[in-house]
Amino acid sequence: MTLDRAIAGIFILLCLIYGYTAFVTMEANLLPFELNMVFLPNTMPKWLSILGVIVGLVVVIQSGPKANAEIDAGEIDYRNMRQYKLAQALFLLALMVTYALLLRPIGFLAATTGFLAGGSMILGERKYIVLIPIAVFTAFLIWYLVQEVLGIFLRPWPWFI
Amino acid sequence: MLEGLLQGLNTALTLQNLLMVVAGCIIGTVIGMLPGLGPMSIIAIMIPIAIKIGDPSAALILLAGVYYGAIFGGSTSSILINAPGIAGTVATAFDGYPLARQGKAGKALTIAAISSFAGGTVGAVLLMGFAPALASVALLFHSAEYFALMVVGLSAISAFTGTGHVAKALMMTVLGVMLATVGESALFNAPRFTMGILDLQSGISFITLAMALFALPEALYLVLDPKRSNTGGAGDKITDLRISKAEAKKIAPVVGRQSIQGFLIGVMPGAGATLASFLGYAVERNIAKGEERAEFGKGSIKGLAAPETANNAACTGSFVPLLTLGIPGSGTTAILLGALIALNVTPGPRLMIDNPTIFWSVIISMYIGNVVLLILNLPLIPYIAKLLLVPRNYLIPFILFFTMMGSYIGQNNSTELLMLTGMGIVATIMRFAGFPLAPMLIGFILGQMLEDNFGRAMNLTDGISFMWERPMTMVLLILAIVLLFLPSIREQLAAWRRRGVAEGD
Repeated sequence: MTLDRAIAGIFILLCLIYGYTAFVTMEANLLPFELNMVFLPNTMPKWLSILGVIVGLVVVIQSGPKANAEIDAGEIDYRNMRQYKLAQALFLLALMVTYALLLRPIGFLAATTGFLAGGSMILGERKYIVLIPIAVFTAFLIWYLVQEVLGIFLRPWPWFI
Repeated sequence: MLEGLLQGLNTALTLQNLLMVVAGCIIGTVIGMLPGLGPMSIIAIMIPIAIKIGDPSAALILLAGVYYGAIFGGSTSSILINAPGIAGTVATAFDGYPLARQGKAGKALTIAAISSFAGGTVGAVLLMGFAPALASVALLFHSAEYFALMVVGLSAISAFTGTGHVAKALMMTVLGVMLATVGESALFNAPRFTMGILDLQSGISFITLAMALFALPEALYLVLDPKRSNTGGAGDKITDLRISKAEAKKIAPVVGRQSIQGFLIGVMPGAGATLASFLGYAVERNIAKGEERAEFGKGSIKGLAAPETANNAACTGSFVPLLTLGIPGSGTTAILLGALIALNVTPGPRLMIDNPTIFWSVIISMYIGNVVLLILNLPLIPYIAKLLLVPRNYLIPFILFFTMMGSYIGQNNSTELLMLTGMGIVATIMRFAGFPLAPMLIGFILGQMLEDNFGRAMNLTDGISFMWERPMTMVLLILAIVLLFLPSIREQLAAWRRRGVAEGD
């Protein structure tokens, strides 16, 4: 089974769940006076789920192993991930999640400095003398621009200050 | 009209107002470059300053300058790092980013600046001449026609993908519209499809989805395949700034067509720069022949000029309903309307009669704003394009950081960042499998408007009979279906023709 078929399959499943919610759950929750109305919150979702299943099936039928045998020069061959820097990408994604979780508790300045420095290090940068000042400077600059100039609040310091 | 024009010139050409235009353009461009801060938020931020100025003409001139600057700034981040900060510049990234990766970032920015200038200027001329007449035409469009227009916009997605992928593109569009239904429903204020998650109650944020679909997968691709970063912006190729005569000749008709089409779409309340840029791109791709058509999406200068011209022309066009009817055509003009009311000016049919100075000085400031933008930006382009020369080890964390800032600033909610990462991973996997991501975002953007208008039209006609009872709606819907099947019909015809030639031999 090719990846695009698998994705289309998951999409059909999603449409079925979506359709079930629209046709059954939402229908059951309608208020008595709404029953006479033409347009309801689930009117369009009903149409969408039907259309989605049809289109998903067309994709499943159309895309076979033959349909995507060749991969464009600029694209990535997912069947052979070993030739790419998968570890770096996964570490960066993990770093993004960490940033999201730490942004509030440890404050914008510390989190951003950590993210920028950490990201460069994951990518193989080892010139700490350049790397850390740049990260600190950018964090301060962006914080200053966003909070002081534009007036959008970003909590700069950790929770205990 | 001439009298009004002179009056406008008189007001707009004072030193104070000229400074306002320049300041507005600079502020707009600089802030607009940060993904996540589109014209809407920048203008909202600038309103207190505008009100402090007190003089409505000066304030409106400043805000209009910010508006143009922000749209141009948004194109810059679309072209350079594939991070469209606002919906109106999503189509710019389709061909702008591939150009930047070929080392033609400078040229791409120049084309963007010139097409924006042309679109804005032609728009201003049209605005001056046709504002009152167009206002009455725009009122003929009812929700049924808007619904049909959105459907045409969505089926124009067949233009974004090459032949054979129409089903995939359509699937992504449906997914996008489905995502748009998450949150509070159209015309009803009940939450739906939120799975009980409170953060989903207000829906998925546009900017988070845009970043997850464009910027994040691109950044991950750069990480996965280091060779990619070498192909773009390497060395001193960026000096290639000028556009040649042949190229100018190539984009001139595109600019001409799109400034008019974009303007007309902008005039219709609710359509705005986003729809104008997508339709502009789709139309130009369908008009183009053979090789030129194949180039679309891979760095075609026509594909870059079309949405850039159209969105600026539409921005100007959206001032028509605002100034003549008092109906804002887009989110941004809605905020401008708020600012105007705060300044004690009520836009509407009587604005031209009661406050001619304001009306005409705004129009004149559009010309000045466009010229200032061009003068400011052309010399700056080499420096802006140098951004791509930052070493990969620094550039990638910065792109990721700006992507996250984009979705964080708007909502101030770190759950957005987790959603961004999650959707970004899914989007990357879909891109592996060759699913086009742009249609999904377009579906998402138009989905809400689509449902609102669909609902209103259904309520008005007590069912779906509006689809065949209103001639304009029917024509538009038929056009949508034709657009959907056009690529496969064309492909079939080409195949037959090829076979015919082969047999002839």
